[in-house]
Amino acid sequence: MVGRHANKVVASIEEALAPLTDGMTILCGGFGLSGNPEALIKGVVARGVKDLTLVSNNAGNMGKGLALWLKAGIVKKVICSYIGGNEDLHTRMASGEVKVEITPQGTLAERLRAAGAGIPAFYTPTGVGTVVEEGKETKEIDGRRYILERALPGDVALVRANRADRFGNLRFWRTGRNFNPVMATAAKLSIVECDQLVDNGAISPDDVHLAGIFVHRIVHVAEHENAFEFRTVRKRP
Amino acid sequence: MTFSTEDMARRASKEIPAGSIVNLGIGLPTQVADYLPVGHAWLHSENGLLGTGPFPFEGEEDPNLINAGKQTVTVLPGGSTFDSAASFGMIRGGHVDVAILGAMQVAANGDIANWAVPGGKVMGIGGAMDLASGCKNVIAMMQHVTKKNEHKLVARCDYPLTATRVVTLVITDLGVFAPTGEAFRIVELAPGVTREQAIAATGAPLV
Repeated sequence: MVGRHANKVVASIEEALAPLTDGMTILCGGFGLSGNPEALIKGVVARGVKDLTLVSNNAGNMGKGLALWLKAGIVKKVICSYIGGNEDLHTRMASGEVKVEITPQGTLAERLRAAGAGIPAFYTPTGVGTVVEEGKETKEIDGRRYILERALPGDVALVRANRADRFGNLRFWRTGRNFNPVMATAAKLSIVECDQLVDNGAISPDDVHLAGIFVHRIVHVAEHENAFEFRTVRKRP
Repeated sequence: MTFSTEDMARRASKEIPAGSIVNLGIGLPTQVADYLPVGHAWLHSENGLLGTGPFPFEGEEDPNLINAGKQTVTVLPGGSTFDSAASFGMIRGGHVDVAILGAMQVAANGDIANWAVPGGKVMGIGGAMDLASGCKNVIAMMQHVTKKNEHKLVARCDYPLTATRVVTLVITDLGVFAPTGEAFRIVELAPGVTREQAIAATGAPLV
């Protein structure tokens, strides 16, 4: 007997993504192009699955990141908080090729957190009195109105970590953390792409950002593009 | 004479108490940071950063250290990073003292519309609704009228709402105005702007 937390490290992106099938709901970490699981994103296109529901804060930008999935025509629905300058999504939303559900960013994060924590729905003040409230249950609690929002579980989460040990304990780098940890908690299968793979014990237990219980497959990818969206700098004095 | 965007940003910075936690919206409000003395307040970026510092020196930019506008930034000593759920917990939980947000319309009752133009391209909500409904003090910063000379300070918003009854102050090129329910109260007018000018440019009673 081997439990599902044995032997998580896989040798290739192909092997990591082997369990994917058509029609899955895939949660993908990243805020814009930062903290993206870049190799896994490319690998899903190569894997050849389609009719995916993609949950991501932005679903790519500037033709990069998850925009590759849109260009490949493998996405039927996107649940995101912000489109902004993501022209690949604008055109496919306008043509009806991709259905888009826009949710406030904090509600998106909390729906994922709830899914990972066994909470089926929760009341939130965000969106009260706006279009976000339409068609949803509301309740007044202590004199303030709240919207009932549902948890958002996924079949697979694609996660980018800075460092992983072999059990899948993760550390993230700066604002590359963003949605990655909550997405890992909310999926039946969490696949992590890490910049550095270390032995168990190399990360102090007190320094773990996300415990390995939420991680099922780990693939080491040493090189990343780490695309800039807006490279803003100041002159040295 | 009216307030320039720099004047507006400088004026907005005066509304930030020392030692407070502040979230500056994307665009115009981001400029407010330029007028805050070093160490005056802690800047929160909803993508998961508290203690946001100035832009990095050339050559030190990190694509995985950005603000909510996806610009490369730095983190100050004492700063911290966290995930999106924790970040929005800070916002929704009332731990962020001040949000300064761009706006398309603000109503006399404090309603704000800042995420969608009717009939326009849908850009998305992002963190706007969480910030507007969750932060303790919401200040709007915008031009007083649209490029087509339409009112933006209005009796009732007709653009899709972001949050209801939250804005305490509106800083525009014509001055500073406080929603009072039925009207906007003039807090101050930009140098050279007359009361009559401000009244003509406002779509709600001005007192």
